[in-house]
Amino acid sequence: MLMTALIAGLVLGGTYALVAMGLTLQYGIARIMNLAYGETMITAAFAAFILQSALGLNPIADLLLIVPGGFLLSWAIYALMMRPLVTRSRDRGALEIDSILATFGLLFVIQGVLLVIFGANYMSYSYLNVPVSILGANVAANRLLALVLALAIGVTLYLLMTRTRWGTTIRAVAVAPQSAPLVGIDVNRTARFAFALGGALAAAGGVVISMYQTFTATSGVVFTMKALIVVIMGGVGNLLGALSAGLILGMVETFVATYVDPGLTLAATYGIFLALLLWRPQGLFGKAAR
Amino acid sequence: MKSASRRRLRDVFLSAGAVMTVLVGASAHAQERETIKIGYAVSKTGANAGGAGITTIPNYQLWINDVKEAGGLELPDGSKLPIEVIEYDDRSSAEEVVRAVERLATQDEVDFILPPWGTGFNLAVAPLFDRFGYPQLAVSSVTDKAPEFVERWPRSYWMLGGGEDYTDALATLLAEQRDAGTINGKIAMASVADGFGIDLVTAARASFEEAGFETVYDKTYPVGTSDFSPIVNEAATTDADTFVAFSYPPDTFALTQQAQVSSYNPKVLYLGVGVGFPVYGEDKPNAEGVMSLGGIAPDNESNMAYRKRHKELTGQGPDYWGSVITYASLQMLQEAIKRVGLDRDKVSEELSNGTFETVLGETKLEDNQLRTLWWTGQWQDGVFVGVAPQGRSGASKVKLPKAAWQAQ
Amino acid sequence: MTMRLAFGFSLAAAALAALAFAPFYVGPYQVGLLIGLAGYVTLSSAWALFSGPTRYVSLATVAFFGIGAYTVAALNEILPYPLVLLAAAGVGLGIALIVGLSTLRLAGVYFVIFTFGLAELVRQLVTWYEVNVTGTLGRYIFMSFGPEEIYWQLLALMAATLFVSWCIGRSRLGLALKIIGDDEVVAAHCGIDIARTKLALFALSAVIITLVGAIQAPRWTYIEPGIVFNPTVSFLTLIMALLGGANRLWGPALGAVPLFLLFEWLSANFPDHYSIILGLLFIAIVFILPGGVLAFVERALAHSKRVTGNAERVREPGTAEARQ
Repeated sequence: MLMTALIAGLVLGGTYALVAMGLTLQYGIARIMNLAYGETMITAAFAAFILQSALGLNPIADLLLIVPGGFLLSWAIYALMMRPLVTRSRDRGALEIDSILATFGLLFVIQGVLLVIFGANYMSYSYLNVPVSILGANVAANRLLALVLALAIGVTLYLLMTRTRWGTTIRAVAVAPQSAPLVGIDVNRTARFAFALGGALAAAGGVVISMYQTFTATSGVVFTMKALIVVIMGGVGNLLGALSAGLILGMVETFVATYVDPGLTLAATYGIFLALLLWRPQGLFGKAAR
Repeated sequence: MKSASRRRLRDVFLSAGAVMTVLVGASAHAQERETIKIGYAVSKTGANAGGAGITTIPNYQLWINDVKEAGGLELPDGSKLPIEVIEYDDRSSAEEVVRAVERLATQDEVDFILPPWGTGFNLAVAPLFDRFGYPQLAVSSVTDKAPEFVERWPRSYWMLGGGEDYTDALATLLAEQRDAGTINGKIAMASVADGFGIDLVTAARASFEEAGFETVYDKTYPVGTSDFSPIVNEAATTDADTFVAFSYPPDTFALTQQAQVSSYNPKVLYLGVGVGFPVYGEDKPNAEGVMSLGGIAPDNESNMAYRKRHKELTGQGPDYWGSVITYASLQMLQEAIKRVGLDRDKVSEELSNGTFETVLGETKLEDNQLRTLWWTGQWQDGVFVGVAPQGRSGASKVKLPKAAWQAQ
Repeated sequence: MTMRLAFGFSLAAAALAALAFAPFYVGPYQVGLLIGLAGYVTLSSAWALFSGPTRYVSLATVAFFGIGAYTVAALNEILPYPLVLLAAAGVGLGIALIVGLSTLRLAGVYFVIFTFGLAELVRQLVTWYEVNVTGTLGRYIFMSFGPEEIYWQLLALMAATLFVSWCIGRSRLGLALKIIGDDEVVAAHCGIDIARTKLALFALSAVIITLVGAIQAPRWTYIEPGIVFNPTVSFLTLIMALLGGANRLWGPALGAVPLFLLFEWLSANFPDHYSIILGLLFIAIVFILPGGVLAFVERALAHSKRVTGNAERVREPGTAEARQ
């Protein structure tokens, strides 16, 4: 039983980690608190649904189309909407408030467009819903895919960030956006790229989740909140932090559901999150000084 | 400070003025009756939009379309008046739905108001329907307190039964199967922490106990739960032959998938809202044998014709539980207007006492409640058929144990 | 000055009286509108009471709003109504103090997210309690009074909130708050007890919000967590206050009234495109009116004065750059 719960928790955590990594890029590096993040995912989920049901495309093949789509969409959003706000804001606090308000508006626009096109109905298809046995526990292949994807993306990006010149640039922008231009870094371009990359990850998350989760045009907010919790827990801008925090959160939920009461899973999530905010506001893996 | 206080004064004027301009809105002036106004407020956005989008909105659209094609609503003298429809979005907020109904009743002065979606929202507007004298054909609300509500609000009609009705029927059906030796006397149960789930699970505990069942697992999970592996895995470790979940659509789909993944195939699998959606079971071999609330009689030709028309017009099939009732309630309203005209008191009286021919067949309310319903249904060969009450004509025979999951 | 003050007060009193008599002249729908208006003006003014000067963006509005509504639902058959309201205020105060003591050291987006998480946590705990302890989820509120009484209560609460807000703006507390909002370090050097000041304001604001929820609850007849803990309430309150300008006495009201009426108009005339228009509007507010309507008007006025050479530019403390 313990093994089953552990593995189920890890697999659930994989979904959370996958969802959160894009947001941590957008918030940690591009400094945009993107409340429309979940809507980007849901848009990708709808795209996967359409490609799968209308064209009969394999959802994994869809990733090749939808992920670049998410990248381009987010790139455009940053260039058109966020850039003026960044230019205007004098400090991080002002940009945070502005970006919360602007992306909150964007959330409604995207939701409204999805509602007009698809209506308010529950969307559901299932793909790869076959059991895979790991150490005696049966998990769904599609959820396992989310975990594998999260681990692969997390580790790849982490290596890129720490081992390449490009990664150093990105980290420089995250740590000191004011000083980065002094060493010849184009902050605007880097931030836009990070934001777009975050959008691509959101799209990947949306496609994978659409394989096993029922969604509607209005269910994006739930994903944004979960992602936000994981991002804050892991430390803003910290990819490996988001990965670990996602896995931990998944295990906490599964253990609470198995050993305490399924009715308290969400209460436990928020409780732990709030306690953590008070105890270590910089996140489990963040550095103390901010 | 001088101009600061002047500024404050101006603000007072501004805000007071803004209020007044709206308050002195033009009220509809009396005119020769050329149309019949029908209004409704329903959740087009927000948390309730998913439910309203399948059970309520498409049926309102279908009915409005049917009435328009028929040249309007017929009155007792045989003349027909076209309908004018006023529609509001309550944005899944109780305050909005209350205000929208007030607006329909007193500002738009509509002739009839169609009810919103959901138990809570129908209760929120019930005092208003009553105060302004509108009949309220509440379909999408399951409540055991319907008799009490009818007493409190005599123009309210409750069309989908109460939790006990469903759980008593289920317990009776399961007891027969147990006595026949098909299943054992143990039940594992889960429910969503929401008005619907709690009402039903509370009723179910009593029904199952009375029928002599032992509940070996009984947990509630919060709305928005996405991973059901702990619940399904726990239930699988019990020796219960029956798994019952009073769940909402996203949960219903997730529970079904999780059961397949965990290779958990209880002899009876009974899930909540969502099983009756066409997307759940039509052309889905794995739905075979899954049970839930609702159902249809496959030999009911008018219902089958309705389903076909629904799909043609709205692009989606109706669900197998509330949809057809929603449409039937509108037909009752239409027929009552045809018999007694637009006087709302007379229409209410006719709805209470009259007998109507609807897509359900012959329909008559008892104490303002629709009591001839399918309490339990089961997917059989791609159709969600009613299996309880057994005595009702058109009932199908329940097939248990449930079929094995098929590899996809 | 005092004459102007007296004139201002009598004008406010006249406006209040006119609003109080409005239900006798208008229909039930307009009373419903007035309830909504009074509710949101009070909510956003109470929100701005704390968040305006301190610049802590709180999304806990619906947590307190819902607590108020739930207290009424739980106690309305046990206690007489005034005591129910008192109990609601007490519960709101208690929770506000606990939350305030533990969280006000958080800053920026951490506070935003914490308060949102708090609202969800309260909702989950109430649900769990109802399911496991009382065994029913929905509660019924059958009260003997109609919408007019609800409206008058809200109106009184609104007037009280604005009055308190006006008093604070003129008191030492208000000055202390403005300094905290401008620079906490300076405030600490001035000998201001930052934690206590913020806590007092947070508690006051929370109690008012709790009362709004408590007063409005009887309008819905049926209460369940999904209905009263609807996060939209938090978001709307925030937007209304920011649109009007959270640092002005009348700012939140000036944001709440037009936005509320606009929402009403949109949901009536564009039920299908409501979300899109609302979203675009939001974006427009951020880009065109970043400091709120009042700040915008003031800037325009200040500009025209400067052009005409009409000297003295009036600057209320902490208003010129409302939210830099």
